[in-house]
Amino acid sequence: MASRLMWASRAAFHLRISVFNRGFATVLKDLKYSDSHEWAKVEGGSVTVGITDHAQDHLGDVVYVELPEVGSSVTQGSSFGAVESVKATSDLNSPVSGKIVEVNEELSSSPGLVNSSPFENGWIIKVELSDSGEVGKLMDSERYSKFCEEEDAAH
Amino acid sequence: MATLFETRKLGLPLMNLIRLEGLPILKQLHLEEELFRTSKDNWCIINDGTDDPTIVMGISGKPAELLDIKPVLHDEIPVIRRFTGGGTVIVDPGTIFATFICNKEAVPGLQPYPRPIMSWSSLIYEQVFQGIGNFRLCENDYAFGDRKFGGNAQSITKRRWIHHTSFLWDYDARNMSYLRLPKRAPEYRMARDHMEFICRLKDYLPRSTFINKTVEALGTHFSLESVVYEADKDPSAIKFMPTTRQLTREELEEALSATDLENCPAQYASL
Repeated sequence: MASRLMWASRAAFHLRISVFNRGFATVLKDLKYSDSHEWAKVEGGSVTVGITDHAQDHLGDVVYVELPEVGSSVTQGSSFGAVESVKATSDLNSPVSGKIVEVNEELSSSPGLVNSSPFENGWIIKVELSDSGEVGKLMDSERYSKFCEEEDAAH
Repeated sequence: MATLFETRKLGLPLMNLIRLEGLPILKQLHLEEELFRTSKDNWCIINDGTDDPTIVMGISGKPAELLDIKPVLHDEIPVIRRFTGGGTVIVDPGTIFATFICNKEAVPGLQPYPRPIMSWSSLIYEQVFQGIGNFRLCENDYAFGDRKFGGNAQSITKRRWIHHTSFLWDYDARNMSYLRLPKRAPEYRMARDHMEFICRLKDYLPRSTFINKTVEALGTHFSLESVVYEADKDPSAIKFMPTTRQLTREELEEALSATDLENCPAQYASL
């Protein structure tokens, strides 16, 4: 624990940033969440997917979104695309398995929507669910909030 | 791959160290991408110089925006799009590369996001440059004062991250003319052209000293194990398909045509 705080504090001093992140990120009640910080909005057999407010805050300004092809398959927990921010590409992982039926083309010209509207206009893909049982493996809003708190406290 | 020697230190996570010299940058990036995506180990790759001048763009790089395409085509400079984020560099024998590939748990307490990873790597280089120049992480670049000498980029998955850096040991000023001033530039650049913005690492310390001190600094965080890299694998044994690739001449010509059309629409209106 001491070593974690030591290097974080040293780095923060040099970068002149706060060691601790901004207050609690927004978590919407009716969504489901993965441990890699994607959200899923389940509407019958269709699931809309994006990244959470917690994720976009930690990633920084998104400058590019690598979108998958419509018609391609996704598997729960596996990568389907990436976002670029602060000179880094970060994988996007699907919270469910199925077939991609729509991608948010707006993100090609306006990748910043992921930051400004992570739960609405910044949605990334829509999936035709292949196994509804998988939704049960995701976290609800309460569990996800706790998960984020624990993750941030551990670092 | 044969193990040359081990310097196992109790309590430190293991990291495999590959030391290369003059490996073509495309091969280096393919090696990195494969180790990043398929290995479960931690790796450090150091490539002391590459071969012919080559332009390397980040994943979202657009040639029309970042390059002066006409001379690039005329002089047949290869253009590569790599799998990590970040900006555009032109690399040659004067460039030294250092890459860290780590599992999430390799650095205790490190969150797998861009800024924390960059903060951690800057502490490694702080050890390297202690007492040398005015080293700092300047808006995500490695700089002495306000002069950049190292550009870095990253890629992050659920369980691993890669942070790779190209250091300007030396450079040919003529090569910089292939690169345009990018739209997305750090504030501290203040619209300076390349010659006013960058500096040469060779003005600060000997080449071998830099490489050795980097390995030494890494050795305080990891137990390093040297590994030999076999450059020429049997193609039939290659199973991993990297996304990093060289752009074709056709792609560059298309980008140039699109730029010309945008700049001179009247010229094309009657066609």
